[in-house]
Amino acid sequence: MPEKTADKVELSKATAAESEAAAPETATPAAAKARSLWSDAWYDLRRNPLFLISSVLIVLLLVMAFAPSLFTSASPRDADLAKHYLQPPNWSHFFEPDWFGYDGQGRSIYARVVHGARASILVGVGVTLLVTILGTAVGMTAGYFGGLVDALLSRITDVFMGIPYMLGALVILTTFAERKIWVVIAAMAFLGWTTIARVARGAVVTIKQSDYVVAARALGASTTRIMLKHILPNALAPIIVVATIALGGYIAAEATLSFLGIGLAEPTVSWGVDVATGKQQLRNAPYVLIIPSVMVSITVLSFLMFGDAVRNALDPKLR
Amino acid sequence: MRGARSAKWVAGAIVVALAATACGGGSDDKGDSSKKGALAGYVSIDVGEPQKPLVPADTNESNGGYVIRALFTQLLDFDEKGEIVYTNAESVTTKDSKTWTVKLKEGWKFHNGEPVTAQSYVDAWNWYANSKNNQQNAFWFSDIVGYEDVHPDKGEPKSDKMSGLKVVDDTTFTIELKDQVPYFNYKLGYTTFAPLPKVFYDDPKAFGQKPIGNGPYQFEKWTHKKLIQVKAWDGYKGPNKAQNKGIQFKHYATPEAAYQDVVSGNLDIIKQVGPTDLPKYKQDLGDGALDQPYAAIQTLVPAFYSKTFKGVDPKVLQGLSMAIDRDTITKTVLNNTRMPATSFTPPQVKGNQQLDTDIFKYDPAKAKKLIKEGGGVPGNKIWIQYNTDGGHKEWVTAVCESIRNATGVDCVGDPKPDFATDLEARDNNEVKSMYRGGWVADYPININFLKELYHSKAESNNGRFSDKEIDKLMEKGDNASSLEEAVKAYQEVEKKLVDKMPSIPLWYYRINGGHGKNVDNVTINYQGDIQLHKVTVK
Amino acid sequence: MGRYVARRLLQMIPVFIGSTFLIFMMMYVLPGDPVRALMGEQAFDPTLVEKMRHDLGLDQPWWWQYGHYLAGLFQGDFGTEIASKREISEIIAAAFPVTIRLTLFAFTFTAVVGIGLGIIAGLRPDSVQDRGLLTLTLILISMPSFVLGYLLQYFFAFQLQMVTPTVQDSENFGDLLLPAVVLGSLSLAYVARLTRTSMVENLRADYMRTAVAKGLPRRRIVGVHLMRNSLIPVVTFLGTDIGNLMTGAIVTEGIFNVQGVGNAIFEALTRREGATVVGIASLIVIVYLFTSLIVDLLYAVLDPRIRYA
Repeated sequence: MPEKTADKVELSKATAAESEAAAPETATPAAAKARSLWSDAWYDLRRNPLFLISSVLIVLLLVMAFAPSLFTSASPRDADLAKHYLQPPNWSHFFEPDWFGYDGQGRSIYARVVHGARASILVGVGVTLLVTILGTAVGMTAGYFGGLVDALLSRITDVFMGIPYMLGALVILTTFAERKIWVVIAAMAFLGWTTIARVARGAVVTIKQSDYVVAARALGASTTRIMLKHILPNALAPIIVVATIALGGYIAAEATLSFLGIGLAEPTVSWGVDVATGKQQLRNAPYVLIIPSVMVSITVLSFLMFGDAVRNALDPKLR
Repeated sequence: MRGARSAKWVAGAIVVALAATACGGGSDDKGDSSKKGALAGYVSIDVGEPQKPLVPADTNESNGGYVIRALFTQLLDFDEKGEIVYTNAESVTTKDSKTWTVKLKEGWKFHNGEPVTAQSYVDAWNWYANSKNNQQNAFWFSDIVGYEDVHPDKGEPKSDKMSGLKVVDDTTFTIELKDQVPYFNYKLGYTTFAPLPKVFYDDPKAFGQKPIGNGPYQFEKWTHKKLIQVKAWDGYKGPNKAQNKGIQFKHYATPEAAYQDVVSGNLDIIKQVGPTDLPKYKQDLGDGALDQPYAAIQTLVPAFYSKTFKGVDPKVLQGLSMAIDRDTITKTVLNNTRMPATSFTPPQVKGNQQLDTDIFKYDPAKAKKLIKEGGGVPGNKIWIQYNTDGGHKEWVTAVCESIRNATGVDCVGDPKPDFATDLEARDNNEVKSMYRGGWVADYPININFLKELYHSKAESNNGRFSDKEIDKLMEKGDNASSLEEAVKAYQEVEKKLVDKMPSIPLWYYRINGGHGKNVDNVTINYQGDIQLHKVTVK
Repeated sequence: MGRYVARRLLQMIPVFIGSTFLIFMMMYVLPGDPVRALMGEQAFDPTLVEKMRHDLGLDQPWWWQYGHYLAGLFQGDFGTEIASKREISEIIAAAFPVTIRLTLFAFTFTAVVGIGLGIIAGLRPDSVQDRGLLTLTLILISMPSFVLGYLLQYFFAFQLQMVTPTVQDSENFGDLLLPAVVLGSLSLAYVARLTRTSMVENLRADYMRTAVAKGLPRRRIVGVHLMRNSLIPVVTFLGTDIGNLMTGAIVTEGIFNVQGVGNAIFEALTRREGATVVGIASLIVIVYLFTSLIVDLLYAVLDPRIRYA
C-alpha cells in the first residue's frame, strides 16, 4: 500500500513541525475513547501551572482588548508634542499615563500599549478561527473522499504551502488601499490554512478505517452524518492542538506585518506599528521600542503556554 | 544498518558545515574586509545604486544624478547662491528670450579624446527628445521648435531632428524656442542637457553601463549594488575641476549602515543621516556635521476634486495652515531637518519674498475662526495621503494631531504602502482629501516652484488646482522680456496664492549630513547635493 | 524508490506552476505602475509612460503576460528589470549567495545548538536544566524576529558596542553572526523542544528497556539506539525549515542591512518590478519543493519501517 505509507509521512511531518513530535498515532487511541479524552484533558489542565498562569494572562489581555478604559483613561491618540516629546518612563507611577513614558509624538505609551491589545487579539483569534474552519473543511473532504478529490485538494494545498508566507502576505496586503482588521485577517487566513488541512486530512484518513466508521457506513448512515458525527469529533483533538499553538504565531505575524508597514495602519493602534515607529528612537529612547515589543512577546507567550498545556492534556502519549 | 550510516553521514555533514563556518569566521579579519577597496586620494560617499542605466536624459533620481554630474558637464551650472556659472559654454545669450545663441569653450574633449563640439550637443538633444528612445526627461526639450516632430503625442516621429537647433560652427549653435522663455538659460543647468560622444550612438545600452562623458571625472567601474568608481580626469578644463583623485559611490541599503561607516572611518561622506542617529550626529561627528538648508519645500496639497475640498473656501485652508504648529514639529519630530515655511518658495531661489500674511503662524484661535467663516470641513474629517516607505509617517501624524488639537477637525493619515501606489492614487484623482507634496528645485528661480505646481495645466499639479486669475498672472510672467521682469511677475503670482491656497506650505528642507576626519571642504549646492569635486582629501 | 521519486518530481510541476501563477497574479493586480513610479514626483510625459508600457507589454492582458513570462522562463530567461535594464538572473545571482550563506549559517547554528540543548534536557526530563530549557525556548518562540533583532542590536551594538549595528560586508561571517542568530532562534527553539520531547518519548520505549536489559553500555544505548530514533523527527523538521529560513530572512535582512534575497524582493515589490519578484519567489518555491522531497527520502532512509514503492 504505497499511498498509505506516504500519507503517514506527510501527516507526521506536519504535526511534527507544528506540535513537536505528536506522533502519527495520536489520533487513533484518542478516537477510541473520545469522551474520556476531553474530561481527562480538563482534569489535567486544572492542575497544570502553565495553564493557570497563561489563562490569567489571557483573561487580562481579553479585558484589555474589550474594555481598555478599565486600565487607563488616557487616549492613545492624544499627542502633546510641546509638553511630552519623548518624556522618559516614570516607573513608580503605576497605571498613570506617564508610567511607560511618552513616544516621539508625545503620546502616552501606556495608553497605546493598552489599546493595542484589541488589534492583536482580534487578529490572532480571527485568523485561527478562519484557518481552522477552512483547513478542516479542505482536509476532511480530501481525506474522506480520497482519490481524485484528494489528489486535487492536496496539490492545491501544496501550491499554497509553496508560497513563502511573508512574501505572499506582503504582496496581498499591498493590494489593499485600506487595511482594516478584517482585511488583514482574511489575507493571513488565505495563506495560512494549509497546515491544518494537512493535519485534518491525516487524521481523517486514519479514522475512516476504524471499526465504528465502517459500522456506521454499513448501517447506511449518510456521508454528512458520518463526517459530522463520527469523524469530526475524533479528528478534532489534533486540529485543536495545532490551532491553539498557531494562535500565538498569528499574533506575532500580525505584529511583524504591521512592523513592515503593510499590516494594520493608523489610526488603529497596533503594537507592531508602534515598534516600527520606535525603531527611529532606538539610540536615544529605547523604551519607545522595547515596551510594545515586550507586550507582543508576553501576549504570544501566553497563548503559546496555553497551547502547550492544551496539547499536553490532549496528547495521551505524553500523559 | 542503512539508517545508522545515514545518521552518521548527517552528523558528519553538520560537523563539516560547522568547521567551514568556523574557518570562514577565523580567516576573515573584520577590519580588513570592511576597509577593502578604499583608495588613497579618493573620496567615498553613500550614493546608492542608480535606478537606471547612466544616460543623462534618462536619470531623474538623486543617486543617478550624482554619478551623471561627476561624468558629464553641461553648458552651465550654478554656484551656492544660485547664480549662473558657465562651465562648457563660453556664453549663452539672447536678445528676445526666443532665440538663444550658445558659444562653447574651445578645446574641450570627451574622456575618449573626441572633441566636444556644437554638433555633440545638437545630436545628443535630438536623440534625447526623440520619442523612439523613451528618455524620461524628453519633455525638457519641449520648449524647442520642432519638438513635436521628434516627439509626437501619438505615432512615429516625423523627423529625427528638431528644426529649432542649428549648428553655426564647431563651437556655436542656436536654439529657437516656440515661445519666449526668459529663464531658458537656467533650464540648461539641468544634467539632461549634457552632450554625448559619437560612440554613444553605436550602442546606447552598453554606454549606459560604461558612460563616456566630458565631465570632471572619468568612469572606472560599476559593481552593481555595491560600488561605482570614477577617477579625476586630467584633461578637464572647466571651473569645477576635481580637487581629489576620484570618487567612490558606495551603495548602502540604510542610512544607519552608512552612518556607522562614517563614524568608524570606512566612509568619508554621508548625504543624509538617518532618523535613528539624528539626535546624536552632531556630537558624534563634531566639525564634520553638515546642517544646511536647500531649495526644496514640503507642502500639503488639497485635492480640489475630493469630497472634502471640492469648491472649498480658501479660508478653510488658511485656517488649517494656522492650526499646524510648525515650530514644535520641526524641532521635535523632525529633529531640525526642516525649517518652517514662510512662503510658497524656498529662500534659495530667485524671487523668494517675505509674504505679508500670518497664515504660516500657529494660532489655534484664529484657525478655528477662519475654518468656521469658510463654512467648515465637510464631515469634519480630513485625510493626509503619504507613502510609508519614505519616512513621512511621523510628521504626518504630528501635523494631523496638531490640526485635531487646535481645531477639532479630525485628521488621520492615509498611508499608501509605497511610492508607486501613492503616485497612482494622485494620477487617478483618488486622493481622499490631501496628499503630501514635495518639490526640489530644478533651477533656482521661483517660477519653478509656482508654474510647475499651480498652473492649471501643469503636469505635477495633482491637486487639480485651477484658477483663471492665477493662470493669467503667470502668462504675464512668461511673456516678460527679461528674467528680472518674469521673476517679478511671478512674485505677484505668489502674493495672490495666499488668498487662493493651492497648497499649505509646511517647511523647507535642510540637509543633515556629515563627513569623517579624512576629508575637508565638504559643501552643498542649492539643490542640497554635495559638491564632490570640491572635496579635498587630507 | 525510483518510481516514487519520479512521481514526486511529476507532482512538483503543477505545484510549481500553481505557486508561480498565484504570485504572478498577485503582482498583476497590485495597484501602482512600475513605469509611472519611475517618473517620480516631478513633471513627466504621460505619452512616454504609455509608450514604455506598450513596449514592455504591460498593456497586454494577464494571460498574455503570464504566457510570455513562462515561455521565457523555460528558455532560462528570467527577463530584465524595467528600470535598471539589468538581467534579472544577474540580480538573483548577486542576492542568492548572500541569503544562502546567511541561511546555512543560521541552519548550522540551529541544528548544533538546538540538538545539543535538546539532548541535555531530554536525558534528564523534569530536571532543572530541562525546565530551564523549556522556559528559554518558550521565550524565544514568543519573540517575533523583529523584536529579537532590535533587542540584540540595541544591547550588542549600541550598549556594549561589540558589533556594528548593521552588516557592512555580507561575506564576513563575523558580521553575519547577529542576523544568523536572530534568524535561527525560532527554529532553534523548535529543534530543542522537538529533540527533547522525542528523546523523552523514546526513553520509555520497549527497545530501550531491552537494550538496558541486555546490559549494553550506556554510551552505546544513548548514542546508537536512542539518538538514532529520536533524531528522525528533528531531521525532518530541519529539512522543511531551510525554506522557512530563506523567506524569514525578509525581516532579518531588513533590520541588519543584509543584501540578500529578502531585501531584493522587498525593493522589487515597492518598485513593482514584477518579473524580479516572481523570479525570486519561483526559486524559493523550487528550494522548498526539493528540500521537502529530500526530507521525505531521508525519512525513509532513517526509519526502516517506511518504504516507498
